[in-house]
Parts: sequence; C-alpha cells; structure tokens
Amino acid sequence: MNTAPQWKNPVIRWVDERLPVFTYMDHEYGQFPMPKNLNYFWNFGALASIILVTMIVTGIVLAMQYTPHVDYAFNSVERIMRDVNYGWLVRYIHMNGGSMFFIVVYIHMFRGLYYGSYKAPRELLWILGVVILLLMMATAFMGYVLPWGQMSYWGATVITNLFSAIPLVGNWIVTLLWGGFAVDNATLNRFFALHYLMPFVLFAVVALHVVALHMTKSSNPDGIEMKGPQDSVPFHPYFTAKDAVGTGFFLLFFAFFVFFAPNFFGEPDNYIEANPLVTPAHIVPEWYFLPFYAILRSITFDVLFIPAKLMGVILMFGSIMILFILPWLDTAKVRSAKYRPIYKYVFWIFFIDCIALGWVGSQPPEGAALIIGQLGTFYYFIHFLVVMPVLGKIETPLPLPASIAESVTGGGGGASAGAAAAKMEKP
Amino acid sequence: MRKAMISAAAAVMMALAGPALASGGVEIPKREWSFEGLFGTYDRASMQRGLQIYKENCSGCHSLNLMYYRNLADLGYEPAQIKAFAAENEVQDGPNNEGEMYDRPALPSDRFVKPFPNDNAARAGNNGALPPDLSLMVEARVGGPNYLYALLTGFTDAPEGVTVMEGMNYNKVFPGHQIAMAPPLSDDGVEFTDGTKATVDQQAQDIVTFLAWTSEPNMEARKKMGLKVMIFLVVFTGLLIAVKKRVWADVH
Repeated sequence: MNTAPQWKNPVIRWVDERLPVFTYMDHEYGQFPMPKNLNYFWNFGALASIILVTMIVTGIVLAMQYTPHVDYAFNSVERIMRDVNYGWLVRYIHMNGGSMFFIVVYIHMFRGLYYGSYKAPRELLWILGVVILLLMMATAFMGYVLPWGQMSYWGATVITNLFSAIPLVGNWIVTLLWGGFAVDNATLNRFFALHYLMPFVLFAVVALHVVALHMTKSSNPDGIEMKGPQDSVPFHPYFTAKDAVGTGFFLLFFAFFVFFAPNFFGEPDNYIEANPLVTPAHIVPEWYFLPFYAILRSITFDVLFIPAKLMGVILMFGSIMILFILPWLDTAKVRSAKYRPIYKYVFWIFFIDCIALGWVGSQPPEGAALIIGQLGTFYYFIHFLVVMPVLGKIETPLPLPASIAESVTGGGGGASAGAAAAKMEKP
Repeated sequence: MRKAMISAAAAVMMALAGPALASGGVEIPKREWSFEGLFGTYDRASMQRGLQIYKENCSGCHSLNLMYYRNLADLGYEPAQIKAFAAENEVQDGPNNEGEMYDRPALPSDRFVKPFPNDNAARAGNNGALPPDLSLMVEARVGGPNYLYALLTGFTDAPEGVTVMEGMNYNKVFPGHQIAMAPPLSDDGVEFTDGTKATVDQQAQDIVTFLAWTSEPNMEARKKMGLKVMIFLVVFTGLLIAVKKRVWADVH
C-alpha cells in the first residue's frame, strides 16, 4: 500500500501541500486497513454517526421554529406539526431518531461486549464510547423535556429530584438544575440551551472515538489482530460499500417508524400540555432509560447507613460507571466470545438480564416486577464484579486461528493481494 | 448464532417498546378505522358528520384550540362553505384605529372559537370540572380512537353498590369510572345532513374519526410520502447490495 498518494490535479496538490486534507482522507478512509472478516454488526458505528448527523441537522431546523417558554413550547411544537411546511416530517425524524440512536448504540455496545472489543489495546476507545453514551443520555433526557408535555414535565421533575438524594449538596444541586424551586420556565430554558450545546460536545467526543479507533484499528469477530496485508482490505471501497448496505436497511427500518408508526416509541401523555397540578397515573421515562430506571427503583430498603433513595441513585449511575472499568474487570486474554465456550452463554444471560430490567422499568414497582427488578439489578453487578473477573481465570478458551486470513479462507492471501492491486489502479 | 442475535435484537426492541402501547385497566375492544393501516385515509363523509356532532354537541364545552377554520378544506368543503361556517361565530379583534376592541364574524384564518374565555370560566360553567381541549384527544389517550369510542359508548347505570358522586356520571372505561361529562351522545341526538341514521354508535364512530383528523391533520400526506420513500429505499438498498457483492467478489 502506498502511503503518500501523488495528486494529479494541480489544485488538489496545491491545497494538499499546505493543508493535507486529501492525504488525510486517503490515509484514514481510502487505504485504511480493515479486518476482512468483519460481520454486519460492525456497521453500527457508521450507522450511529449517520444518525448523529441526522439529529443535529433536524434539530437545528426544529430550533428555528421552537419557542422555549412554558406558555408557548407545547403549542410551538404543534405548530411545527401542523403549519410549518414539512414540519411534521422533520419533527418525526428527530423524535424517532432519538430512539434509533439508542437502538443502534445499544447494538454497537452489545457487539463490543460479545466480541471483547474493549480489551487492550482498545480500552480508551471503549471508555470514550461510554462517555458518548452518557452524553447521549443527558442530551436525550433534556430533549424529551422540550415539547413540554405531561411526561416531559413529570419526567424532568422525577429525574432532577434524584439529585436531592446526594448528602449535603443535593438540594443545592437540584435548585441549580431547576434555576428555581420547581421545574419551570428557567428549567425549560436551560435545558433547551444545553440540548443545543451537548450534541456538539458529543460530536467532538465521537471524533476522539474515531481517532482512537484509527490508532488501534477495528477489532473483529475472531478477536485477533491483523498481521499483514493478507488479513485486511482497504476501507474504500470495501467498507464504504458494506456500510452502505447496512445504511440502506437501517434507513428502511427508520423510515417505517417515521412514516407509519411515528408515535410507537412515544407516550400518549406527552400530547397533553404540562400541568404542574395534575400528576400522570404512571410516570415512565423513554424506553431507552427503562433498565436504569428499574435499577433505581429496585432499591426499596436502606443499605446500612445509606438511605434507599440514595442507594438507588448510586446503583443507577454505577450501572453505567462500571462500564468504564470493564476492560480491567474482564481478566480473559481471549477477546471474542466465539472462542470462549462459557462466556458465550454468560453474555446471553447478561443480555436477557438487561431486557428483563427494561421490562421491569416499564411496570409499576410492586409484586413480581419488583422482585425480578431486584434480582436483575443484583445479577447486573455480579456479572461485572464477579463473573467477568473469575471467568477469565477458570475458563479454557478454544484454540484461536493463526490469522484472520486463515479464519476467512482457510489460509492464503492471494485474493487480498488482488484487492490491493485493484485499489492501486484507482486514479 | 448470528441469526439468533438478530432475532434477539429485534425481540429487545419489541419488548422494550411494547409497554408504551399497552393500555392499563379495562379491556378496550379494537375497532376498525378508515385511517388505520399503511394506506388508511380519513373517511370524508364520517369526518363531516363528526364536525356536525362537534358543532352541535361538543363545542358548548370543549375547545378545539389547535384547529383553524381553514383546516376544514381537508374535510372536502369549498372555500365559500368554510367562510360561511366560520362566520357563524364571533371573535374579538382590534384594537382599531380608535383604539377600541370590536367583535367581527370569524374568518377561515381564525382558530376555532373557544366556548369559554379561560379555564376558570370553563370550570365555573361545568360544576368545577374542566372540559379538556379536544384537538389532540386521539393521540393523547392510551388506546387512541378505540379508547375514545369505548368512552363515548361506555355510559351505563352504576353497578349495584357503587355510589356515583353528585354531578358525576358512571362510565365503564373512564379511569375511576366517575366522569363529570354527562353522556354526550344519544340516539337521534343530531340530525345528520346526509341522512345517515344517528345512532350512538354511528355518532361515536364519526366524532372519533373527526378527532383523529384534528390530532394529526397531516397523516395522509405522511403515509403517501412514506410509501414513495419505502419504494425508493427498497430499490436503493437493492442496488447497494449489488454494488457490495461486486466490490467484494474478489475477496470472497
């Protein structure tokens, strides 16, 4: 592979000698080596960046018509839905885009968990991913408040009140979040300002995530590193073409909800304007927060000197924070679950645990749901704190293939050499 | 394994999103609606009857704040008919050049005139209860049109042992079963201009169809565009698959 392309076009050459954008693009997206054994689960990073850009573009357009004031917010959203040209389209894309973003990112993360993508040398790549998840959650939470429906208002009230559980400074933090002594106009205004700001912070962290990815290169289903050109194909055209296929299917899925079931992920209560005097019978967050909501509510008892509410808050945030240290909790040297006969099943147990917690989050915290939630919460932390460290020590992994090329074609690198040659013929 | 993962991922999404649709409490029977399904449209005749019911039965208490008279063009009315319909109501306008507020007949560009000037007036006129705005009623209730239909046809005598509070009415599906609204529909309570027999079921069907439209007036445009988008994406994805196969042919 050539590393310093010769640009024939004099304008491109002139620019590139002063600002090497073309060389950079060629290096990072043209020749950039990708493992040739990637499956379609490796599409979801690209899909996440597509949906991020979609959210930013539709969000900016919506902000041009939206009024962040408690008296006008609800009606300004309805005006977008009714009287702004294609406003319904832009808003439904943005509204469902939030759910799509979380679907894509959760699949992306479970893929990372299954194939051990977080292990050395990709620890920082994973950690940046967890930062992205936290930023997404904060952004989505504040965005959901903006239409100023009943669920917006009461969701904001419940979630911001969680901070009051923090000893000493809790109430002070809540007042700071609210900009007053209740969720009110000041809250709506600051949430709007932050909801506009945070996607750009998110974008910057995504850029770091991509830089980190380009240092370590992509992991792959076999969890072994690329050893030479026979193991890889250049990003373009191979993965531009493959990501495009995934994008096509993703857009079909996305468009189905936007055009034929736009309120599927929503709550009917959010079409009622916020009313501080009427509490909805059943306050539920958006579906993507349900597992964490379940963990929060499963602590119904004081733990030693820690009150139940504070313990719930600690565990809810802890359930995400624990992901930061996952690369060191997992002691197994082999990355991919493909070669870990026990972890393969442990992964699915953990996956089912997350789904169960999601279901619990949607139910009132009583009876069977509460008990399942408590067991699910217990297992969630056991998975990370006990199963992952111990399993790496006691599990006997299957033998790894000698190379990616061997695992794909059963040896030889002729095809890939041909691919590299085809690439060089490109002008 | 991969197939299992894909179906599991699909199951997650269904499982997680499902509860949002589930309704609590009383079982609400599902009915057929003209506006459901991928190709569903609003039944124009039913909507026109619904508008008549709204005007004669509902508009005394319930506002329709998000709708303009001009929106009635969607129901198939001509501009002159809409102008005449709007002009039956008075709105306050002004101030004029003398600085005075004045009343004038409503125009198609005006919003539907409210029955009460504010919430307090509405409560004062309704035994302390606030009749909700109907603009988004179908979208704002779990169960949507089926729930509203069940509510409107769900007025019965209270079962034995249940005492209904003064000024309240017993309803099978309303949460708590006691609703301040008196049964709004009765057989032949309206005389439809198109001659349709005005049973309670028929009226409930028509008013719900009308309110489904006020909840989402752009639904037909949405589905029409969606069909084109889906057809485009199917063809486009097909092409992308073909391209990918060509590109990868020398690797596999």
